[in-house]
Formats: sequence, structure tokens, C-alpha cells
Amino acid sequence: MTDTIAEHADRDLKAGAPLIEMSGVGKVYGAIRALEGVDLRVNAGEVTCVLGDNGAGKSTLIKIMSGLHSHSEGKFVVDGEEVTFGSPRESLAKGIATVYQDLAVVGLMEVWRNFFLGSEIRKGSYPLAPLDIKAMKRIADEELQKMGIHVKDIDQPIGTLSGGQRQCVAIARAVYFGARVLILDEPTAALGVKQSGVVLKYTAAARDAGLGVVFITHNPHHAYLVGNHFIILKLGRRVLDRKRSEVSLEELTAEMAGGQELAELAHELKR
Amino acid sequence: MSTTVATKNPSPAPAAPQRPRRSLVGQVLARPEIGAAAAAIVIAIFFLISAPAFRSLAAVSTVLYASSTIGIVAVGVALLMIGGEFDLSSGVAVTTSALTAAITSYQLSLNVWVGVLVSLVVALAIGFVNGWLVMRTGIPSFLVTLSTFFVLQGANLGVTKLLTGTVATTNISDMDGFASAQAVFASTLTLGPLNLKITVIWWLVFTLVATWVLLRTRVGNWIFAVGGNQASARAVGVPVRKVKIGLFMGVAFLAWFLGMHLLFAFSTVQSGVGVGNEFVYIIAAVVGGALLTGGYGSAAGAAIGAIIFGMTTQGIVYAGWDPNWFKTFLGVMLLLAVLVNLYIKNVAARRV
Ligand SMILES: Nc1ncnc2c1ncn2[C@@H]1O[C@H](COP(=O)(O)OP(=O)(O)OP(=O)(O)O)[C@@H](O)[C@H]1O
Ligand SMILES: [Mg+2]
Repeated sequence: MTDTIAEHADRDLKAGAPLIEMSGVGKVYGAIRALEGVDLRVNAGEVTCVLGDNGAGKSTLIKIMSGLHSHSEGKFVVDGEEVTFGSPRESLAKGIATVYQDLAVVGLMEVWRNFFLGSEIRKGSYPLAPLDIKAMKRIADEELQKMGIHVKDIDQPIGTLSGGQRQCVAIARAVYFGARVLILDEPTAALGVKQSGVVLKYTAAARDAGLGVVFITHNPHHAYLVGNHFIILKLGRRVLDRKRSEVSLEELTAEMAGGQELAELAHELKR
Repeated sequence: MSTTVATKNPSPAPAAPQRPRRSLVGQVLARPEIGAAAAAIVIAIFFLISAPAFRSLAAVSTVLYASSTIGIVAVGVALLMIGGEFDLSSGVAVTTSALTAAITSYQLSLNVWVGVLVSLVVALAIGFVNGWLVMRTGIPSFLVTLSTFFVLQGANLGVTKLLTGTVATTNISDMDGFASAQAVFASTLTLGPLNLKITVIWWLVFTLVATWVLLRTRVGNWIFAVGGNQASARAVGVPVRKVKIGLFMGVAFLAWFLGMHLLFAFSTVQSGVGVGNEFVYIIAAVVGGALLTGGYGSAAGAAIGAIIFGMTTQGIVYAGWDPNWFKTFLGVMLLLAVLVNLYIKNVAARRV
């Protein structure tokens, strides 16, 4: 598993080198302020975990990185160059691949078509060049096998796979296409313990292959299993930013649960 | 590489489960057009039994011709529906195209081919505006193209009245280029005992091209993706806006083509015709297995849907029944098709 990821990983990636740097980034949707003054670094070979409650702005943050929305303020630097992405294509071109919480795959399309969607292999480069269907099926099949994802039939609609399998296919495709930065938006949110474990293992494997990983989650336990760096967002602001060595799981859990607020709640509930 | 991850990897690689090949029945049932094909066979048998006149070769060419005039536009409409959008203006756009070509050529006394090309530009512009408005405003295509439908319907009548003083265009059959244009758009081929309208050939060509594009090219992949899950498609880099605008322009192109056929078959165009045909095209696509919600369907299905229409409109006449029943049949057919498609899709999804 690690080997296949390393196989596709960019050879120039040096552990610890900054891939993405954000400073003071904010986002306003009309009258709603979703994000304000966020600083964040994604280094090669590290997992940066972004935690926060519903509506904290986690998805908004990664939508900026992946080019789905552009930021309204602050500085966003990729590979040492300041950027504002206008579309997901621009972000993908920089090697930033995202596996979304809610929109990872097209359910009615076959597994192999999903695997290659947007990066199809063709037998030529003229406008209506035929697809190399054989090659795509073979590669998708091989890559999924290598990663230990067993689908019954590469031709089956991806909607018939389990949630965990779908996430894994989405991650596998991002890795296959040579992502330098892998963004995972709550990849374990809808999964059971076992399937979460599989996803977490891919996350760790991607990290070890030298990719910069951004891992979004509600779950401090999952975050602590793979993370090197933790950021907690609350109502669009960053309320915690620690290295792994500077924070314990208990602190992270307490902070996530609202720390002081939780203590007050406990007091309130104790009659 | 990290040995911790590699050694802890529990993937049961040696014992990879043997994959059962999908059964042939499952594969056939998974085709979107299977329900329509079954219905077409039943309807053919029904008319062959109940209408003796239906059994002649002349009837075959009549049925194929009727089917082709529906099928040409229905192919484009099916692709558009797979892409997750609707076009209610396609019926009147056919008339707009024919009127534009006829009026341009006649009023300016030009070779009819000039009119044909001007009309093509106008048609593609209509398709572009439909697509651009849908993508730009986010208003459902149902509403955008409903507006276009009314605008064009009014313009067809108004402009024709203004320029010709009547409700139809002047006969253009003696103008330069008419013969060659007629050969392309409205000739009849004799294949042994069978007289075939050229639209049947064109219909076949368009259906084959559309099928090939859908299943064998990148654009086809993108069409399924934008209809199946637009946000996902966009997120992996599919140019959603271009694909959808292109689909609207595809429908407009085919509407133009049919418009040219009507013009060169009859030499004159009635400005009020075409209204209601947009539903016929949509129903042909739906009967052929296209999902109203997008992401699923086929060009061959739309062709079969068109054949069902062609057989029924003509079969009712051959059987000597009151043609008014056709609309009733339409409604029943649509409902049945949707139910069958829904059922088959569920079965196919389970039978892997
Ligand atoms: N497209 C949008 N238009 C307007 N407001 C938006 C939009 N997207 C998000 N928001 C708002 O921005 C805030 C942050 O949302 P976001 O989706 O980033 O939260 P999240 O941390 O990902 O939450 P969850 O854990 O539920 O996924 C919310 O108040 C949300 O309502
Ligand atoms: Mg979210």
C-alpha cells in the first residue's frame, strides 16, 4: 500500500518543505462571514488536521485550497507563489487533490469511469479522440487491488459500493494522479470503525510517501492517530494551533468539546 | 518507506476474493434502452396483427420517415437530459430555423445555401443563449427554455407576418441552390423495393455518432458526470459550463437540421407549427430510458423511443382508428416507460 502511493508521489517532495501557506485568510459569502484571519501551513510528509464543530468553516477553508471558491482576504501561497484559484482545474494543476465530504463520486457512473473522471486516457489528443477504455479499466482495477480495495466489478456503478469503499476509490484516484497535497474532508464521518481504520491507514500512507495531507474531521481521536499538526476552528476563527508534541489527546478533545463551555455545561447538568 | 504502515497492512492480498463476472442477464438489463426495446417489439407485433396495411414495405418507409423526424431532435434532447437539463424550446426552434432560412434567402434574393447557413448561426445562438442563461443565472433550464419557447413562438409569427404579410413564407422552390439543398435535406433514396427518405439515414448517422460520443469519448464521460453529479464533476476538473452549453447547442443544431428538412421538403413554412413537439422529443428520450434527473440514458434509447412514436402515429392510421387517441396513448406510454425504467434501474443496480 505504501509502495503504491510512493510510486506515484512526486520525487521532489522533501519532508517538511512547505507546500501551502495561508496567512490571514478570510471568506465572506454575501452577508455571512464563514472564515476570518486563518493562518495555516501544510508541509510535505505531514498531516495537518483541521478540527471544528458544524459550521466552523472547515469545508470553506478547503474549498479555498481546492479552487471551488476564492478567498476574500489574506494571503494564500502554494509552492512559494501567491495564488487565487478561479477553478478546481487550477488547483488540480498545482497538484492539490481533494476528496470531498459530500461529492466524492458520481454514483450512477462505473467505478473505472469515476476513477478517471476529468483525467481520462485517450488514444490521441484531437477533440473527439476515443477513450482508451481497456487501459483505464486495467489501471483502475490494478490500482484498487494494490491498495487493498476489492470491488466486485470495475464496471459496476460506484453508487453500489459502500461509503468507505467510495472514499477509498476517491483517495486512490487522487494519489494515482500524482497529488502533492491531498485534502480529505471528513473522510471518516459516515464510516464505521473498521472502514474508518482503512481510510486512516491510507492517510498515514500518503503522509509517509511524502504528500502534504490536510485532514478535516470532527473526531479528535481520528485526528490524533495520524496528525502532526492540529488546528481547531470555531465560527470561522482559529482557536488552537499546536504541533503534536505540544498537545495531548485529552487537551484536543476538551478543546474540541468547547473546554470552558463543557465545564460550565457539566456544572449546569449536575443537580 | 514506512515499514510500520506496510507491515500493519492487513489487506488480504493473497486471498483476494474471486470476482464473479456480471451475469449476461444483468448486463443486458443494465442497458437504459432495454425497456423501450421490449415495448417497441410488443407494439410492432400489435399493429402487425391488427392492421393488415401495416405489413407492407410502403408502411415500413412511412413509419421510418415519421420516426426520423422525431428521432433527429430526440437524440440531442436525450444527450441534454443525460447532462441533467431540459429544453422546451426545441419544437419551435425547428420552425424558427426553417423560417430564418426561407425568409433570409427570399427577402435578400440570395442562394438558399446562404439562408441555410444564416439559419444555422441563428439556431446555434439560440442554443448558446439557453445554455449560457442556465449556467449564468442558475435558474432551472425548465424555466429558461420555457421563456425561450414563448419568445420564439411569438417571434416566429410576428416576424413572418411583418416580412411576408401572411402566416407562411413564400415558396422558394425556384431559387438558386434549392435543388442541391433538397438533395441533402429532403431527398428520397430507392433501395430496391424500399423508398427511404434521406432523413432516415441522417437519423441513423446522428444516433450512431451520439452513441459513440457518449460511450467512447471524454466528452461523453463528462456528459454523464455533469448530469449525474454536477458538483463532483466540477470538483475533479470537468468543464461543466462548456459541456452544458455545448449540449444546448447540440439540440439547437439538430432542431436546425430538422427545420431544413421541413423547408426543403415543402418549399414553404407555416409560422405557427412546431409547438408541442418539444414534449414529443422529451418523451421519446424518456421512453428510451433517459432519467429525468440526469446522469443516465442513451442515444439508442431515444431512437427506439422515436420508433415507438413513428409506429403508433402511423399504426393508428393504418388500423383505421381515430387518430385523436394518439395523445392518450402518449400519456399512458410515458407513465409506463417511467415505471419500467425505474424498476429496471433498481434491478440492474442490485444484480451485479
Ligand atoms: N456557499 C455558501 N453560501 C453561503 N454560506 C455558506 C456557504 N457555504 C458555507 N456557508 C456558511 O459558512 C459557514 C461555514 O460552513 P462550512 O461548510 O465551512 O462548515 P464546516 O465546518 O465544514 O461544517 P460541517 O462540519 O457541518 O461540514 C456556515 O455558517 C455556512 O452556513
Ligand atoms: Mg464540512
